[in-house]
Amino acid sequence: METGTSRVKRGMAEMQKGGVIMDVMSAEQAKIAEAAGATAVMALERVPSDIRAAGGVARMANPELVEDVMKVVSIPVMAKARIGHYVEAKVLESLGVDYIDESEVLTPADEVYHIDKSLFTIPFVCGAKDLGEALRRIQEGASMLRTKGEPGTGNIVEAVRHMRIITGQVRRIQNLSKDELFHEAKVLGVNYDLLLNVHTSGRLPVVNFAAGGVATPSDAALMMHLGADGVFVGSGIFKSDNPEKFARAIVEATTHYEDYALIARVSKDLGEAMKGIDISKLHSSERMQDRGL
Amino acid sequence: MIIGVLALQGAVAEHIRSIELAGGQGVAVKKVEQLAEIDGLIIPGGESTTIGKLMRKYEFIDAIREYAGKGNPVFGTCAGLIVLAERLEGAEEPHLRLMDMTVARNAFGRQRESFETDLDVKGIDTPLRAVFIRAPLIKEVGASVEVLSVYQGEIVTARQGNLLASSYHPELTDDYRLHELFIRMAQERGQTHVGR
Repeated sequence: METGTSRVKRGMAEMQKGGVIMDVMSAEQAKIAEAAGATAVMALERVPSDIRAAGGVARMANPELVEDVMKVVSIPVMAKARIGHYVEAKVLESLGVDYIDESEVLTPADEVYHIDKSLFTIPFVCGAKDLGEALRRIQEGASMLRTKGEPGTGNIVEAVRHMRIITGQVRRIQNLSKDELFHEAKVLGVNYDLLLNVHTSGRLPVVNFAAGGVATPSDAALMMHLGADGVFVGSGIFKSDNPEKFARAIVEATTHYEDYALIARVSKDLGEAMKGIDISKLHSSERMQDRGL
Repeated sequence: MIIGVLALQGAVAEHIRSIELAGGQGVAVKKVEQLAEIDGLIIPGGESTTIGKLMRKYEFIDAIREYAGKGNPVFGTCAGLIVLAERLEGAEEPHLRLMDMTVARNAFGRQRESFETDLDVKGIDTPLRAVFIRAPLIKEVGASVEVLSVYQGEIVTARQGNLLASSYHPELTDDYRLHELFIRMAQERGQTHVGR
């Protein structure tokens, strides 16, 4: 009997496919998310849009909040650790969290190194905006990926960009010859065998979700259309007028992302979605996607 | 044999791949009408609360009960096993209530307790590599249920006529012998019955 194998860790992410993982800030919100059909919840003290507004240093959530959320739902509970913060991640593992997000939404603890995720029994998800970042995170032991997008903006443009870049790069890698692959591995800063795996399979070796800026059911469906395996929704749900209804609508739109009449139906009477931010108005220091390369 | 995989949420592509390795044809089932076109249905792993909700929403509960009631084979893995059960421990409402068994969810604990192991399964000559992810257990079965494998004293594979269930994920390995068994169940059904 073996725990924490790569198959067990990656397999857990496979079971989330086609699902919606929702940010929650309390046990009560976690229950709403579960009742709406979320496949997992991300327990955190502040959603990205609040982190953006509050400024200062954003850290791992209080263990009490994480435990409160774990107590009230039967679906998996995820939590965020700062990039490079080995101890925050070990603390979350000791609490029994099901998945850790080593996340650029929090203030990085290390501007050079990520956590060696292979040292953990529980799996990690990491953000990536291109194939190089994606494969480097997998090399470090990530079992699941997500686009970085631009969290807390309610603007889907960056998540779309990252998904387009990654799928385009995977298609290009498929067509490279072996000598070109050696060079490409050097350019991307990744292991040759891992790149060869992408070349032969035509896909990333782990599940890749969309995240960062999903604000409406149509946004979620668009990301599925572009090849996402599922969707993370952060600020979108509990910053909307009617979180319960909104959450259910996002779940349905993700499952039936090609049924446009259904998406139209679930999008009715949702009230106001979160107010979005034009990415070009962000100062470079406010761009979370540039953290953790 | 055309085997459908319920595609509301979960590991759909992996099951389709295993079905094809086992010599069948796999299709994703998103609408109730598709049940008329398949020789067997797999309910995959995923989150049972999510799959259960979407099954109710899109009227799959009565449709699958009727489909199985006619003798068509149905195979549930992990969340799929939970969905098939007549009785669930804890607060969750049972879903399809097809298999005469009581199931405990997340019976081994949380993700850090998830594991893989070699497992003896009745009717399969050498052990199967079984991947258990936040897996459920069958705590008790009725007289019509045949126990196919036991892990540490607990039931993890069972069959009741045309219904098959496993706590673990045969679709996450390259070993497709459980899918072969399921395709044989569909073939046997095809020989005794004309029409789905």
